[in-house]
Amino acid sequence: MAREIVVMSLFLVGAFLMFLAGLGLLRMPDLFLRMSATSKAGSLGAGLVLLGAVVFFQDWGITARALATIVFLFLTAPVAAHMIGRAAYFDGVPLWKGTVRDDLRGHYKLSTHRLETQATPPDDKESIDAVVQRIDDH
Amino acid sequence: MSVFLLNVLLAIAWSALTGDFSPLNLGFGFVLAYGVLWLLTRKSSSRSYFLQIPRVIEFVFFFAWDVFKANVRMAITILSPQMRLRPAVVMVPLDMKNEIGIILLSNLITLTPGTLSLDISSDRKALFIHTLWVEDEEKFRAEIKSGYERRVKEIIEA
Repeated sequence: MAREIVVMSLFLVGAFLMFLAGLGLLRMPDLFLRMSATSKAGSLGAGLVLLGAVVFFQDWGITARALATIVFLFLTAPVAAHMIGRAAYFDGVPLWKGTVRDDLRGHYKLSTHRLETQATPPDDKESIDAVVQRIDDH
Repeated sequence: MSVFLLNVLLAIAWSALTGDFSPLNLGFGFVLAYGVLWLLTRKSSSRSYFLQIPRVIEFVFFFAWDVFKANVRMAITILSPQMRLRPAVVMVPLDMKNEIGIILLSNLITLTPGTLSLDISSDRKALFIHTLWVEDEEKFRAEIKSGYERRVKEIIEA
């Protein structure tokens, strides 16, 4: 009985987190915010559902597989989010107008793809602003 | 690290000798081996391992609590009719030199709902974090530095 309650609450919370991830995907105003909403709530939700399966089956084989799945989920989701965010920033995907601050602006050197700690001035032809301007002019 | 491997090996040896490979007995073997190794390596240089394990355990609890708090906040934000967002990309300077530590730190930051590590500068001196709610960027920087970076540094560089 106690085990069933644990399993049910793990499934319920997990499913609810995944539902929130989906809702966030629809409601959030820009790509970075959408990624924030989906990449963690999604992986955490899936992790909780897997934990529920572990408690339900109480079998060594299933536990090992579920734990391995959780580890790889948590290892790969941040890397994917980093790569998507970086690619989007290089492509000039706009940040939402309510964004208070953007420290990345001007920090990428576009020819070498290096990220500098010191900002390049916006009139430099290698800065993101200049490239976006050039695309707009085209 | 080698002390940790020794600890795991001793735990497996305990399970083999008692003929019971259940998770509970393996865990008990690990605790037992931890105590034995603690007694044996009092004067050697591998002392740091015994400071690390309690720190790792403390960090796991700190991280779980932080993830829980951020999830509740995320749920409230997504479900409320007008979403209260103050997103920002903040540059956080890094003191840590260790590459594994930096990777661990940026992955942990991404796993906390609401914050996302976008990139690490090519000279590994700063981390760029996208966050959903920033009231005061100095406070945000201090939270990352004293909350996450300090703890990861203590675990990695001990």
